[in-house]
Amino acid sequence: MTTAQEYKKPLPTPTAVSRPFWEAAKEHRLVYQRCRLCGTRVFYPRDVCPGPECFGVGTLEWAESSGKGWVYAHTISYQPAHPGFADDVPYVLAIIELDEGWRMSSNVVNVDPQEVRIGMRVEVVWDDVTEEFSLPKFQPAR
Amino acid sequence: MPDTLRGAAAIVGIGELKPERTRPGRDAMSLLAEAAYLAIQDAGLSKRDIDGMIVDEGMIGGGSGYCAKMAEHMGIFPTWATGCDAQGAAAVVMALQAAAYVNAGLANFVLCGMSAAIDPGARRPPPPPRTETATSEFQAPFGPTVAANGWYAMIAQRHEALYGTTVEKRAKIAVDLRYNANHNPRAYFHDKPLTTEDVVNSRIVADPLHLLECVMPCSGGCSFIVTRADIARSMRHKPAYILGGGLGVPRSNLAHVGEITIAPVGQAAKKAFAMSGYGPNDMQVLEIYDSFTITVICELEDSGFCKKGEGGDWIQEHDLTFKGDRPLDTHGGQLSCGQASTAGGCAQVTEAVRQIRRDAGDHQVPGPTDLVYVTGSGGYFSQQSAMVLGSDAAL
Repeated sequence: MTTAQEYKKPLPTPTAVSRPFWEAAKEHRLVYQRCRLCGTRVFYPRDVCPGPECFGVGTLEWAESSGKGWVYAHTISYQPAHPGFADDVPYVLAIIELDEGWRMSSNVVNVDPQEVRIGMRVEVVWDDVTEEFSLPKFQPAR
Repeated sequence: MPDTLRGAAAIVGIGELKPERTRPGRDAMSLLAEAAYLAIQDAGLSKRDIDGMIVDEGMIGGGSGYCAKMAEHMGIFPTWATGCDAQGAAAVVMALQAAAYVNAGLANFVLCGMSAAIDPGARRPPPPPRTETATSEFQAPFGPTVAANGWYAMIAQRHEALYGTTVEKRAKIAVDLRYNANHNPRAYFHDKPLTTEDVVNSRIVADPLHLLECVMPCSGGCSFIVTRADIARSMRHKPAYILGGGLGVPRSNLAHVGEITIAPVGQAAKKAFAMSGYGPNDMQVLEIYDSFTITVICELEDSGFCKKGEGGDWIQEHDLTFKGDRPLDTHGGQLSCGQASTAGGCAQVTEAVRQIRRDAGDHQVPGPTDLVYVTGSGGYFSQQSAMVLGSDAAL
């Protein structure tokens, strides 16, 4: 594990609203939000409900994900915008749909980038990048 | 007051700078001013006539109060001015906003425009990092690609997996548009021909998108003037009437909601066509926002030119050059003209006006150009605009 000073890639900058996500991540728990009024599953973290019929403010509660899902979309990046990723190319950027029905963007790791397919079953794998942050990445499901 | 904006306003002046890789010594305000001066003169107006303004600081970051800054900079003092925060969809949105303003009595002549400066020697602070949770926390740590490449690559990958839209098929967009650019002296790639093999063999920037399927960032500026239809009729150029328009805004970030291969222009097109009283098959020229090859394919499908998933085949079946049966991005598009940020989309509006005026020179469409369909696309299928422009014959 490296310190934030040694780590050369962008780190999350949590807000009061998103901090619980990163605290859970540190414990290797993947969490998302669910509205207690209308049940809408929400990601990225916020404090108002985007549900079509809902005007909930402060009604989103954290729920734990199974960490299992599938590759909804992906690309192999050959040219990163941030110099911190220069040594990683080619790497896979993807939109993962979790089994609870919400999506996040992440990386698919521990696989030949050319092998990644839409629909591929994946599971969360934690990358403990600094003492403070663990990033949820995904690998082919066992 | 009309029930809708159909035929109620027209574009009567256009001005644009040829996109260049850099313009040393020129900032965004200077470039916008030059394009605006060209548009005002093209309309046969003086600075004093301009009483409305819609300017976009674009992705460059001009800071707050941009209308006032541009007013002082140019010595043009409008009595109505607003911005437009529609990213690449902005030019079409500005035209529609302006049409509404002139018909609501807020202004008579609305100057619309945007620009992009790339000056390696300029004292320009780096753009502030994006701080919304969605990007700073849930995109940046995972390795963003250059500009929008990665997100559009995901759209292309998924379109290819669902519908078989391979690079060999997508390349047709780049090749036909380059032919158009080869006949347009204002295009950056005017002197450089392009083949399918060139596109397929260019390096992959974000799989499956190849370099020559992506726009090249440029420096430039673009502007146009909108006035009421009754005023337009007495002006020096044949008016390009605004017959209908709309915008679709399904998201900001691509990652979280919706089928990502569906272009939001579908909602905009439905509204634009309904307002105009015309349909896709009536359109004689298509100026489709082309940030990437895949952008055009999805926009054609969702605008109703073919069924969803058939865009890759549709473009093989049609000649998209300005001489062809489906003239598309007749100036060469942003892919071959160069993309001066949001001014790239503006050049598609000014090109539509030029085709309606029959003033496009070597790349004038030989057939009728009384009905032109123009689109804009912002973000990552975040917001897309559509507009039908027409000559007086289409009213």
